[in-house]
Amino acid sequence: MNIENFIPINTLVTHYKVELTFFNNLSELGLVEIQTVEHIQYIHQDSIYEIEKMIRMHQELDVNIEGIDVVFNLLQKIDALQKELINVRNRLQLYEN
Amino acid sequence: MAFIDYYKVLGVDKKATEAEIKKAYRKMARKHHPDLNPNDKEAERKFKELNEANEVLSSPENRKKYDAHGENWQHADQYEQSKRQQQQYNGRGQQADYGGGFSGGADYSDFFESMFGGRSARGSGGGRTAQFKGQDFNAELHLDLKDVYTTHKRTLTINGKNIRLTIPAGVENGQVIKITGHGAAGSGGGPKGDLYITFTIDNHTAFKRDKENLYATVDLDLYSAILGGDITVDTFDGQVKLKIAPGTQNGTKVKLKGKGFPVYKKENQFGDFYITYEIKIPTSLSEKEKELFTELSKLKNL
Repeated sequence: MNIENFIPINTLVTHYKVELTFFNNLSELGLVEIQTVEHIQYIHQDSIYEIEKMIRMHQELDVNIEGIDVVFNLLQKIDALQKELINVRNRLQLYEN
Repeated sequence: MAFIDYYKVLGVDKKATEAEIKKAYRKMARKHHPDLNPNDKEAERKFKELNEANEVLSSPENRKKYDAHGENWQHADQYEQSKRQQQQYNGRGQQADYGGGFSGGADYSDFFESMFGGRSARGSGGGRTAQFKGQDFNAELHLDLKDVYTTHKRTLTINGKNIRLTIPAGVENGQVIKITGHGAAGSGGGPKGDLYITFTIDNHTAFKRDKENLYATVDLDLYSAILGGDITVDTFDGQVKLKIAPGTQNGTKVKLKGKGFPVYKKENQFGDFYITYEIKIPTSLSEKEKELFTELSKLKNL
């Protein structure tokens, strides 16, 4: 595996001041994907955006891992609904003068 | 510049304890946190206000100053001056320490800046998480429907940097595209943020668009509708000649295949163009016309 775009979890643990178990728990719930290469655990940099959101929810709002899972499912629904709303609004213009 | 009632922002009493303030802040933050309110500018504004209120009220030093001079913020400087004199007099000039790294959201109201100097007067609670990946930038690009009929290049200036962008034909109103690595620099070796561009497409044409299909209403004179004939119709990028069948009804729809809008990211593929005929009934008739129409109506009744 090419690890060029991967970030070692240890770096993230130090940077965000979170426990290593936090990442393992997120991984168990399927919220992040951890890759292991030669006994080092990595996370793809594309998932950093979502991970930072999860850390903020955890640190700033006291939301636990299960809560984060629930929130993320709901956020996905909001995202889908917002996209649908844009499509519907665009279609509505057909019928408006 | 207006006074901000930070107690009201957090929904607490003026006599609220530190614990009550912290609890109120947490509760409000859970409601208005930007991560929980995607694309909601109002929530973002409220969250900033909350953080500001929390910074002031959760720090005993800031709260004291705010309580004493909040509503008379114009006199805050005088207060500071007299305090400094007092400190000198006492011989132990202990300046308040306003240091601290409040990363992200360091965007204060004028009121806050006038009282606390706009420096990050970090409170005891509500410290933001240090970002590893650079901040994402969001930009909105307004284009005319005519602009997105063809794939074209455009140079955007975002945060002082020029970005050359290819805008594919057929971009939709409200569509968001992500440009990786064009956000702010990361910290601690983290990756750069991304740039998200939301397209707003204004339509000033007579055509209505639904994805790759176009719609328009075409006026048809009464005689062509009855007797048939040839008309020229404007398409998005030119004109076409159409045959009108005798006895064409009002509201008849005609589909012109491939004369619609380009399909997004599919080269040389176009949607269809739907025409609806609207028959125009003559309104101000001359005497002669009236006579002839009357004659026609009599023929019909025979």
